[in-house]
Amino acid sequence: MSSTATHHVSEEAIYHKAEWHTHHHHEHNGHDHQDTFFSKYVFSQDHKMIAKQFLVTGIFWAIIGGLMSALFRIQLGYPDEHFGFLSSLLGHWAPGGKIDPQYYLALVTMHGTIMVFFVLTGGLSGTFSNFLIPLQVGARDMASPALNMLSYWMFVLSSVVMFSSYFVSSGPASAGWTVYPPLSALPEAVKGSGTGQGLWLISIALFIVSALLGGLNYVATILNMRTKGMTMTRLPLTIWSFLLTAILGILSFPVLLSAALLLIFDRSLGTSFYLNEIYINGHAMVEQTGGSSILFQHLFWFLGHPEVYIVILPAMGLVSEVLAVSARKPIFGYKAMIGSMLAIGGLSFIVWAHHMFVSGMNPFVGSIFVVLTLIIAVPSAVKVFNWIATIWRGSIRFTPQSLFAIGFVSLFISGGLTGLFLGNSTVDIELTKTYFVVAHFHIVMGVAAFFGLFAGVYHWYPKMFGRYMNNTLGYIHFFVTFIGSYLIFWPMHYQGMAGLPRWYYTHSSYETFGHMGELSKFISTVAVIVFLMQVFFIINFFYSMYKGRKVTEQNPWEATTLEWTTPIQAPHGNWEGDIPEVYRWPYDYSKENGEGFITQDTPMKPGEQQLHH
Amino acid sequence: MTTIIIVGIIILLISIVFQVAKTSEMVSTLKGAAQSRKDSNNILGILMLVFMPVFLIGCIWSAVHFHKDFLPESASVHGDWIDSVFNTTLIVTGLVFFLTQIALFWFAFRYREQEGKKALYYPENNKLEMWWTIIPAIFMTVLVVTGLFYWYKITAPAPKDAMVIEVTGKQFNWIARYPGKDGKLGHKNFTLINDNNVEGLDWNDEATKDDIIPTELHFVVGKPTKIIINSRDVMHNFDLPHFRVKLDAVPGIPTTFWFTPKYTTEEMRVRVGNPKFNFELACAQICGQSHYAMKMAVVVQTQAEFDAWIKDQKPYYETAMPAPAVAESVPAAEEKKDEAKKEEKK
Repeated sequence: MSSTATHHVSEEAIYHKAEWHTHHHHEHNGHDHQDTFFSKYVFSQDHKMIAKQFLVTGIFWAIIGGLMSALFRIQLGYPDEHFGFLSSLLGHWAPGGKIDPQYYLALVTMHGTIMVFFVLTGGLSGTFSNFLIPLQVGARDMASPALNMLSYWMFVLSSVVMFSSYFVSSGPASAGWTVYPPLSALPEAVKGSGTGQGLWLISIALFIVSALLGGLNYVATILNMRTKGMTMTRLPLTIWSFLLTAILGILSFPVLLSAALLLIFDRSLGTSFYLNEIYINGHAMVEQTGGSSILFQHLFWFLGHPEVYIVILPAMGLVSEVLAVSARKPIFGYKAMIGSMLAIGGLSFIVWAHHMFVSGMNPFVGSIFVVLTLIIAVPSAVKVFNWIATIWRGSIRFTPQSLFAIGFVSLFISGGLTGLFLGNSTVDIELTKTYFVVAHFHIVMGVAAFFGLFAGVYHWYPKMFGRYMNNTLGYIHFFVTFIGSYLIFWPMHYQGMAGLPRWYYTHSSYETFGHMGELSKFISTVAVIVFLMQVFFIINFFYSMYKGRKVTEQNPWEATTLEWTTPIQAPHGNWEGDIPEVYRWPYDYSKENGEGFITQDTPMKPGEQQLHH
Repeated sequence: MTTIIIVGIIILLISIVFQVAKTSEMVSTLKGAAQSRKDSNNILGILMLVFMPVFLIGCIWSAVHFHKDFLPESASVHGDWIDSVFNTTLIVTGLVFFLTQIALFWFAFRYREQEGKKALYYPENNKLEMWWTIIPAIFMTVLVVTGLFYWYKITAPAPKDAMVIEVTGKQFNWIARYPGKDGKLGHKNFTLINDNNVEGLDWNDEATKDDIIPTELHFVVGKPTKIIINSRDVMHNFDLPHFRVKLDAVPGIPTTFWFTPKYTTEEMRVRVGNPKFNFELACAQICGQSHYAMKMAVVVQTQAEFDAWIKDQKPYYETAMPAPAVAESVPAAEEKKDEAKKEEKK
C-alpha cells in the first residue's frame, strides 16, 4: 500500500474523531442527545445496529425457511399419512392433512429462495460485513451509513414482498428456486407461476438493490477507510472474504436482475426471450416464439454460481478467524489463504455452465467447464489444508464457536469432495438432478455456511450485545446440529446413487425409486428433530441478550483484531478516543518471546521480526 | 389429545435442558473462567476424538448397507464408462476424505489446550503450500482426463445405423414416436397440436403418415439408439436411470442422446434377481404438479421381438383421422388472420 493512501486515511480519521467526540459528549449529557427509539433501533445508521438488524431478520427467515423444509420432509417421509396440524397450518393447501402437490413445490421453491438469498446472503454477509468491516479495518462507520441503512430497508421491503406471496390465493412461486422458464413464465403451467412468481421476481429485484447498496459500501469502506498502518496484507481474513464477496455480488447480481427483468417482460409484456413453441392449456402460444429457455439458465447461473461463493466465502473468513483465535496460533499460510480466495472468486465466474451439462449444450463447451470446475477444487483444497495446519500444534480452546468452525471444515471437506463427482460431466449425467446433488450442496454451502454463521454469532455475540451466550446450550446446539446434519444429508448421497430425482412429491409411484421409502422416513424424522432443536439456539440468542452473563473484559477471547480494542459497549463511532493505529498483521498468537497474543495496535518491539507489511 | 401431550413433553424437555444449561453456566462463573474452561476443554476434545471413528465407520457401514439399493449395474454400454469414472473419483475423493477428516478431528483432540503446553508460532511454509497445490492439481488432471475421455465418447455423433426415436415431454407424460416403414420421422409443428394430434404432426408431409406413437418405449438390445428429445410446454428431463441417460427436454430446441442397451428386460430381471423388474423413464426436471408421476414404461427386446411388436402398432395417422383435417385448418387459418392483421398495421 502506498504511503499517500495511508496518509489520506489518517486525515479522514482525524476528521471523524472531532465529529464523534462531540457526539459522545452529547450522549453523556443525557437529555439533549438526538437518539430516539427510531433513530437508534429502527432507522439506525450505526453499522453495528444495522448488522444486528440483518441478523435478527436473517434468523426470522431461517425459521421460516427451516419450517418449510420440515413441512415438505414430512410429506417425503410419510407420503401416505395424513396430519391434522398440516391442514390447520396450511388450510386448503393441505386438504385432509396432506400437502397439495403444487404446494409441495411451492415449499421447496420458497425454502431454497429464502435460505440462499435471505438467510445465507442477507443474514450472513449482511450481518458480518456490516458488523466487522468498520470494526476490523479501524473505521468509525461505513463509507456511507445512509446507503447502508437503505440497504437494510430494501432487504426488509424485499422480505415483505416475498412474505406476502404466501398469502396470495394461487400460492407462492413453485418453479424451483432457479425459476427456470417456461414453468415460471406460465401461470397455466403451475399455479405458483401466477401472482406468487410475480412477487418473487419483484422481491428478488429489491433484494438485488439491497445487495448492491451493501456491496458497494463494503468495498468502498475496505479500500478507503482503513486506519493508519492497516495495509491490505494486514487485514484479517474476514475482511478479505467480505471484500471478495462484495465484488462477486456487484459483478453478478446485475446479471440476475436482467434475467429477472426479461422474465417479467415475458410474463406480462408478451415478449419471448425465453419462450418458444409452447402448447399449453389447449392453445399454442403462436405470438411468443423464438426465445430460448437455455438463455435464462445461462443468465441465472452466471449469478447462481458466484452466488454459492457469495454464501460460502464469508463463512470461510469467519471460520479462519475463529480457528486462529481458538487455536491460539496464526492462521496457517495467510497469503496462500488470500491467494486461494482470489482464485476461487475469479474462477467462480467461469464455471457456471457446470449446472447445465445435460441441458443439451455443446459437449465441447461442457468440457471447458469441466476443466475450469475441477481447477476450482485446487484452491479449495489449499484452504482445507491450511485450516488443518492451523489447528496442528495449536492450543485449542473449545468454545461453541470453535466447535462450529471445526464442524465447518469437516462439512466443507465432505461436501466439497462430492463436487468432484458432479463437476465431471460424465458422472454428472448419472447424478445430476438427483438427491446426490441435494446432498452435495446442502453439505457444502447450506449447512457449512450455517456453521460459519453460528461460529460468527457465538464469537462476536459479546461484542454485539455486551453479554455472553450460554456455553452449555451452545455445545448441545453444536452436537445436535453437526451429527444431525450428517444423518440427514449423508444418506441422500445413497438416494442419489439409487437414482431418486429431486423435486418429487413422492417416489412411491416408481418401481425404480420406491424402495427408498424407509430411508426417506429416517431422514425426515431427523430433519424435523434437528429443526426443532434449533430452539436452543433461538432461546440462547434472545435470552442472553437480556440475561446472559455480562462481559467484563474488553477482549474476552484474547484476540488480536481491532474490534476488541473498542469499549465493551462500543458507541456509535466505535472508539471513544482516537482510532487506533495498526503496526502488525492480525495473527500474532503465541509468538516467540511474546505474550499469548499481541493486538494489531501494539507497536513492533525493537528487533521484532515483521511478517507482513 | 396425543398432540397436546407430545407438545407438552417437548416443552418440558426443552425447559429442563434450559434450566440445566443455566445452572451449569452459574457453576462455571463460580469456578472462574479459567478453571471451567479447563474442565470443559478436556470433555469436548474427547468428544471430537470419539466422533471421528463413529462418523467414519458410519460412512463405510452405511455405504455397504445401502449398496444393494443403488442403481443396479448399467443397462447400457456407456453407463459402464460413467460408473468407471464414478469409481475412480470415489477412490481419489475417498482417500482425501479419510485423511483430512482423521487429521482434523485428531488434531482437534491432540492439540486441545492443556496446562503447560503452548501453541507453536508457525505462520507459513511456502514449500508446503506449493506441494498441497501441486498434488491436488495432479489428481484433478487425472479426473479431468478420464472424465473427458469418456465424455467425448458419450457425446460423439450417433452411428449411422442407429435406431431413431423421438420422445416429447409434456405435462405430465411422455410421447414416444417411432418412424414407420419409411424409416423417417415426419415434420411436425406445434401450432398443429390438438387432442387428436398430440405432437402436431403435419399430415401434409407423407413421412408422418406411418409414424407410430406407442404407449411404451421399446429398445433393441445391442442396437445403438438415438433419442431426439423435445418438449411441448415447459422444460422436462429425459431420465433413464438404469441406462445412465439424462438430458433436458427444452421447448423449441430438440436435444439428442444416443446409447446402446446392453441387456433385454428379461436378462436384466435375471441379473438383478427380481422377476418383476422393469425399466422406467422418469422426468428429472421440475415441471409442475405431477412431475413426480411423469413416467413411461421401457422395454428392451431382441431384434426379432421388437420387429414383432412394432408390426402390431398402428400408425398414429389411423387413430388420429379424421380429426386432423379440422384441427389442421383452424389454427393455421387463425395464424394467417393474425398475420394479415399485422400486415394491415404496417
